[in-house]
Amino acid sequence: MIDGYNFAYLDEQTKRMIRRAILKAVAIPGYQVPFGSREMPLPYGWGTGGIQVTASIIGSDDVLKVIDQGADDTTNAVSIRRFFARTANVATTTRTAEATIIQTRHRIPETQLNAGQIIVFQVPIPEPLRWLEPRESETRQMHAYADYAVMHVKLYEDIARYGHIATSYDYPVIVNGRYLMRPSPIPKFDNPKMDMNPALMLFGAGREKRIYAVPPYTSVKSLDFEDHPFAIEKWDTSCALCGATDSFLDEVIIDDHGGKMFVCSDSDHCATRCDQDEHNTQETAP
Amino acid sequence: MAYVAVKGGEKAIDAAHRLLAKERRGDTSVPEITLEQISQQLALSVDRVMTEGSIYDRDLAALAIKQARGDLVEAIFLLRAYRATLPRLAESEPIETTHMRARRRISAIFKDVPGGQMLGGTFDYTHRLLDFSLAASGAAAPDAAPDTGVSGDETLPRILGIMGNEGLIQPERLDTDAAPPDLTREPLEFPASRATRLQNLARGDEGFLLALGYSTQRGYGRNHPFAGEIRIGEVEVVIEPSELGFPISIGDITVTECETVNQFTGSKSEPAQFTRGYGLTFGEAERKAMAMALVDRALRAPDLGEDVSAPAQDEEFVLYHSDNVEASGFVQHLKLPHYVDFQSELNIVRKIRADMQTDQTAEREEVLA
Repeated sequence: MIDGYNFAYLDEQTKRMIRRAILKAVAIPGYQVPFGSREMPLPYGWGTGGIQVTASIIGSDDVLKVIDQGADDTTNAVSIRRFFARTANVATTTRTAEATIIQTRHRIPETQLNAGQIIVFQVPIPEPLRWLEPRESETRQMHAYADYAVMHVKLYEDIARYGHIATSYDYPVIVNGRYLMRPSPIPKFDNPKMDMNPALMLFGAGREKRIYAVPPYTSVKSLDFEDHPFAIEKWDTSCALCGATDSFLDEVIIDDHGGKMFVCSDSDHCATRCDQDEHNTQETAP
Repeated sequence: MAYVAVKGGEKAIDAAHRLLAKERRGDTSVPEITLEQISQQLALSVDRVMTEGSIYDRDLAALAIKQARGDLVEAIFLLRAYRATLPRLAESEPIETTHMRARRRISAIFKDVPGGQMLGGTFDYTHRLLDFSLAASGAAAPDAAPDTGVSGDETLPRILGIMGNEGLIQPERLDTDAAPPDLTREPLEFPASRATRLQNLARGDEGFLLALGYSTQRGYGRNHPFAGEIRIGEVEVVIEPSELGFPISIGDITVTECETVNQFTGSKSEPAQFTRGYGLTFGEAERKAMAMALVDRALRAPDLGEDVSAPAQDEEFVLYHSDNVEASGFVQHLKLPHYVDFQSELNIVRKIRADMQTDQTAEREEVLA
């Protein structure tokens, strides 16, 4: 641990303030709780909200996994994992199943989460109505009245203009039948994973100073229309490394003649499947 | 495989840190810059970093500037992150700038004022000609400077106070009961109090405030300002710990204060009065203090019954976008990988294009049939 700094960087009073905000967020699923976000030694927009939430809930016996774009080895995931390894000296893992806390940017792991696990999302803009109404004083009232008509109109306009809803990530959801919530910029592919998830989902927005939550086993419904039901994206191909057909695939450009391949965005999911394949091949080998 | 190369990893980060350290030091045949040199000779950089970093400590600000390779916004960020780890021990009494030992004090609205006009060391009337004699290192010390004209122990009356005696300027309401807000501990809420707004502006980016203040002068929320008084000098910081029960001085700080006299208001029932804007910074930062006063006045539009039509008058717009640590982080986070969101967007654009092509083909077939 670093000399001169408290366990997990934040002082205990700050952690207590953040835990109170988290408790309130859990009690009112999907409601954005303002909190006294601190200036962290990492830049705003790079996960300071998620880091503060993780720092407030982490204990010395926790096992931490950090992913960005689904991968453990992207630079910012490495940087945040190191931050906690340095300031809290906790065990880290890349295995989704082994982690007690998963901090994530832009993805929910493909592996089903279990009861007792906590997933912490890094949130750039917490307000789902922000692109439709820039004023916080207005959007807070719209939430108070559950007045979400503008969002339905926006989705309807998409259908009128493009033939279907043109939002592909950060797709708005209604939590527990009450609050409109931004799931953070995860692809809509991940939205169905939030519904009735056994894990606790916490969302931290440092720059915007908001925390919100989806408690375990809470209904999370993606907005849609009866004649335009919500649907997730599909690929015509499978992962070039592990052959998965049911995971979110990233497109990788491999030459300058339009050549490309598709691979799992979830690096743990992909590696686990590759390992199993190898294992199976060895077992069946004579 | 290309795929692996795209993902950064630990080695790349370590290497980047080592490169950065090397670049910071530059050519090792050139002597390393000292914090004293930065504090003494780049004093105005230090002042800006202290002001926007919200901590009055010249040594730490100089260290931050050195570590940030002279990037002041990065230095402000370093200082802010350090500040966040410090305990908050006490609230000071309001500083009393009327008792400032001023080394500069000017008013643009009266030719002479009680206590006198005092130019001090200023760029204002220099001709901006590059002085090549400064390029030679080890140059002789500058000509003996005149004694710094520091105002005496007697208080320096405030110009706007003198106007106030005649009822010509709106009095400030003193809100002594309310504990001062602390933006570093509590999130912004709207409508914000004036104290909160001023705190936000004091921490705000100088360039942002300068542009906003300038916009009010060009007609976007015009409020007709005069530089009522600008003063720079030292003031005492006093705290009164509850366990002591009497005030103690904990030191002196340098501040720049600007009070503008603005457009008058009045009605049939209320006699005409000028209004004011207020700016205060650590150290010497006159441009920032003046810009702050213009924006402060613009933000008072709703309180003074004026229309809110320009960006500088829009509280949420100004207060949410003034902080350069927040802005710099969020703008630069675009450098982080976004392949997943981008993949989703690619999928949807391809789908929309394919749908349109199918529709067009169908239409063409209909026409032909």
